This record gives sequence, structure tokens and C-alpha cells, in this order.
Amino acid sequence: MAESPTTSRHASRAWNLLFVLPFAALLWVPLYNSVEPSIWGIPFFYWYQFAWVLVTAGLTILVHRITDKIARTPPP
Amino acid sequence: MNWTALTVFILLFGLITVLGFVAAHWRRGDLDQLDEWGLAGRRLGTLVSWFLLGGDLYTAYTFVAVPALVFGAGAIGFFALPYTIVVYPLVFLILPRMWSVAHAHNYITGADFVHGRYGNRWLALAIAVTGIVATMPYIALQLLGLQVVIGAMGVGATGGIWGDLPLIIAFVILAAFTYTSGLRAPAMIAVVKDALIYITVLAIVIVVPIELGGYAKIFAAVPPAKLLLAPPGASTLGQYSAYATLALGSAFALFLYPHSITGVLSATSREVIRRNAAYLPAYSFLLGLLALAGFMAIAAGVDKLPEFAPQFAHYKSNFAVPALILHAFPDWFAGVAFAAIGIGGLVPAAIMSIAAANLFTRNIYLRFIDPHCTPRAEARNAKIVSLVVKFGALVFIIFLPLQYAITLQLLGGIWISQTIPAVIVGLYTRWLDPWALLVGWAAGIVAGTAMAATTHFQSAVYPLALGGLTVPGYAALYALALNFAVAVVLSALLNGVRLGSGRDETAAGDYRFDPARAG
Repeated sequence: MAESPTTSRHASRAWNLLFVLPFAALLWVPLYNSVEPSIWGIPFFYWYQFAWVLVTAGLTILVHRITDKIARTPPP
Repeated sequence: MNWTALTVFILLFGLITVLGFVAAHWRRGDLDQLDEWGLAGRRLGTLVSWFLLGGDLYTAYTFVAVPALVFGAGAIGFFALPYTIVVYPLVFLILPRMWSVAHAHNYITGADFVHGRYGNRWLALAIAVTGIVATMPYIALQLLGLQVVIGAMGVGATGGIWGDLPLIIAFVILAAFTYTSGLRAPAMIAVVKDALIYITVLAIVIVVPIELGGYAKIFAAVPPAKLLLAPPGASTLGQYSAYATLALGSAFALFLYPHSITGVLSATSREVIRRNAAYLPAYSFLLGLLALAGFMAIAAGVDKLPEFAPQFAHYKSNFAVPALILHAFPDWFAGVAFAAIGIGGLVPAAIMSIAAANLFTRNIYLRFIDPHCTPRAEARNAKIVSLVVKFGALVFIIFLPLQYAITLQLLGGIWISQTIPAVIVGLYTRWLDPWALLVGWAAGIVAGTAMAATTHFQSAVYPLALGGLTVPGYAALYALALNFAVAVVLSALLNGVRLGSGRDETAAGDYRFDPARAG
């Protein structure tokens, strides 16, 4: 590996911090333990958590792409 | 007896039996080597890994038990969804390190890594034994999933040895193809199993709501107490803390299970794991949808239908989903759905027995019984142990009360969580001392078991009293906190007087080792 591993790892770590979002959003239960706002009769409690499946998968793809790029880019 | 469903079920089972044996020839390797038999030669690419991990982590028992819990206990059972969401960032961040160090040193099990990292075979033994003990009841519960669907087709209603015969036949098939093909068999079968599971779940979430008049009606039929979590009261956090700690604790425990580590280590590169962390949530979505089937079963009132009364008496709420399937679909489709659940049990059962066999061979047999055993003997040993493990699970499910397996699986989750400090923290730092980790592990196991005992082993949620406030939470996490505290304090003492022990054979670069990129 020719690139400078320390700087690229620092940058990757900063992006990894995005993963705090799903933990905060799902482990803080008072945030979503309610029926309203419901969509098509589906209580908030349920559709909110389903939505986070998609958001978290999206975040993972995003962080994967970015950190991968950082690892591949040679240093200036 | 439901002949149509049974015929479809048997046909599909025949198909996967053939596949299981053909798998031995797939990407042919020398199956007399342990990493060929037990890790499929570490050659699984993104797609097959996705199927294998999906088949591994989302088991037949999950597919029966999660909706059953939602059916019986309501919203709290839905914790499976946040649990399988937060697990993937953890997989993405942590497991590539495990893959790299295992690849650099040819580790086959988690305990292999612990042995290499801490140079302490007793700590590795503790990790291996915890893994095996936690896996055994899990295998038994896979066979339970199979038993429930066989029962749903009206087979074995007479009881006795004839009632258990279909289960025994399925077991013999499982044992035979695992023995001959190793991890390649469940990897191939997982593809068929997943196709069936996706078809079944899509059918349930589309057809059943149409029959019941839409999702709004289904949710309206759920009693208010089951629809949401019980909010905190004056002196208790209610179900809030239980829900969050169950989700977080289960996420940490999931990839410490030997079968998940086996699945991860069989991947062909670090990239496969990172990519799959983004794609595996497709299964989480599926599991969430299936959890809703618990509410559909409430709305359809299947437990009150007289034709299902005997099975509900026997399998309790675990029969909710099979009953819903029989109630809502034609017989032939019920056969497809039951085959999906049944095969869904065989895939993880095969991987679990392989993982347990790897642990026994590498970390008990090789270290304590015959250190000079040849690779050939090692592989043969593992094959035989995988048979013993499965046979044990079969005896368990046929001869012991069902509640034992469920209780042990619950305890298994608490026990396996106690390996977090050695395995996960060990991936990042060697600061913790192996003996300190061993004492912490023991403290966590004892405390966790004691907490579960206070609920008479009925629940993994322990009402921790903090001053005047009751904080109900997952006992595994509470025990882990104690475990970790003990390990840190003792390590500080041991490191302070320079009694720190054990040789570390890994180097910092090993944790980022990536042959694909370096080469």
C-alpha cells in the first residue's frame, strides 16, 4: 500500500460517525412509540422502523462508497 | 392429513436433498481439509455469501418465533426489527477486521482468534465452550420449526415414535449432506430456501391483508395494549428500556454466535462482508413484514378456529403463522410455505453444527487432547462431531419438553454475549489481560444466569432497580456491563504490576489485511 494510511483512515473514521444516526433513532424509543402520524392506517411505530431499514441500508452504501474511494485515492 | 400440502413439501425437500449432495462438487476442493469442509474453502462471493448469511441469521425459528411473539405479546416482539437494523453498521465496521486477521493467520473459529491474540488456551476454551453450549439449543429450535410445520400438515398427530418419523427423516437427510459436502451444502440450499421464503412472505403480506380488508383493519383489530409499548410510569421505565436493550444486546450477540462467524469467514474477501452489510437489510425488511403476520393472525382470529385447537394447545403461539397460512391459502401453496420454513430450519442447523464442530476440533481437541493431529484427522474429527451435535439436538427436541430448548436458547443469548470483551474488544486492543477476561467472563455468565433465574427462566428481561427506579432491560447487557467492569479493573491491576500474560501472535497490520488489494 503506497498511500498514507493514517490520513485516509482519519477521513474514513469521520464518515463512519454517520452510523450513530440509526442507533440514536431506534434506541431512543420515546421518539416513535405512538400511533400518529399514521399512514394508510399503519401506526407511526411500525412504519417509522421500516423506514429506518431503508435509511440504514442507504447510509451503509454511502459510507461504503466514500470510504472505499478514500482508501483507493493516492495521497497528493 | 393434508395430502396436497404434504406432496408439495416432499417434492421440494427432495430437490434440496439432491442439491445438498451435488454441492460437494461445486467449486471442488479437498474436503479432507477443515477449511474446505468447514468454510467452503473461504471462496464464497458476494451473492452466495448474501444467501448463506441470510439463511444463517434469519432462521426457521426466527420466522416462526418472531411473529409468534408479536401475536402473543404485541409491540415488544417487534424489537427484532431495530435489532436487525443496528446489527449491520456493526457488521460493516467490526467484522472486516475479524475476516482480515482470520485470513492472515488461518483462523477457522472465533476462539482460534482469541487463542492467537491472547496466547491463552484456557480463555480460548471458555470462548469455544460458550459457543458450543449456546449453539446446541439453537439447533434444537430449528428442528422445532420443522416439527411445527410437519404438525401443521396433520402428520404425527397420533403422537409416539411414528409422529416423530418425518422429523427423523429430515434430520438424516441434513446429517448426510452436511457430512459429505460441508459448508457448501447449506450455501447452495440457501439459494432455494430464500427464493421460497421471499415468495411466501410476499404472498402473506399481499394476499392476507386483501382477505382481511387492508392493513388499517388489521391494526384496528389489535388490542391497544399490544399495539404500542407500555410507556414509563412513576417508578419504572416500562417497556422502553427493555425494547432498546433487547435490540442492542441481540445485535451484539448475533455475530458472536459461531454460525455467524463461520458465515463471515467463508467469504472470499473483506469487500464481500462490507458489501453484504448494505444488502443484508433486505432480510430485515422481510422479517419486519413477517412480524406483522403476528397481527394478521390476531385479526384473522386463527387461535379461535376449532380446527386449529389441538395444534395451538401443543405449540402455543408458535402455531400462529402456520395456522394463518393454512387459513388463508390453498393447500398446494401451504405446502410451498411449509417447505420454505422447514428448509429454512435445515440451512442454519447445518451451518450451526459445522460451526460447533469446528470449535470442538480446533479449540478443544487440537489444544487439549491431540495436539499432533494431522489436517486430515482434523477434518474427519469435525465431520463426526457435526453428526454428534445434530444427534444431540434431535434427542433434545424429541425427548425433552419444548420449554427446555426455548429456555436454553434464551440463556444461550445471555452467555454468548459474555464473549464480547474477549472477541470484539480484542479486535481493537490487546490492553485487556487474558486472565482478567476469563474472570470477567465467569462473572458475566453467573450474573446473567442468576438474573434469568429470578424470572424463573421465563424472560431475558431483568427488572434492574436503580434507587427508586426500575429499569427493565436485557439481562445479557447488564451481565456484560459487570463482565466488562471486572475485566477492566483486573487488567489495570495486572498490567500495573506487569503480570500481564500471554503472547500476541497478531500484528496491527493483520487487522486490515486484504490480499485483494495488496496483491
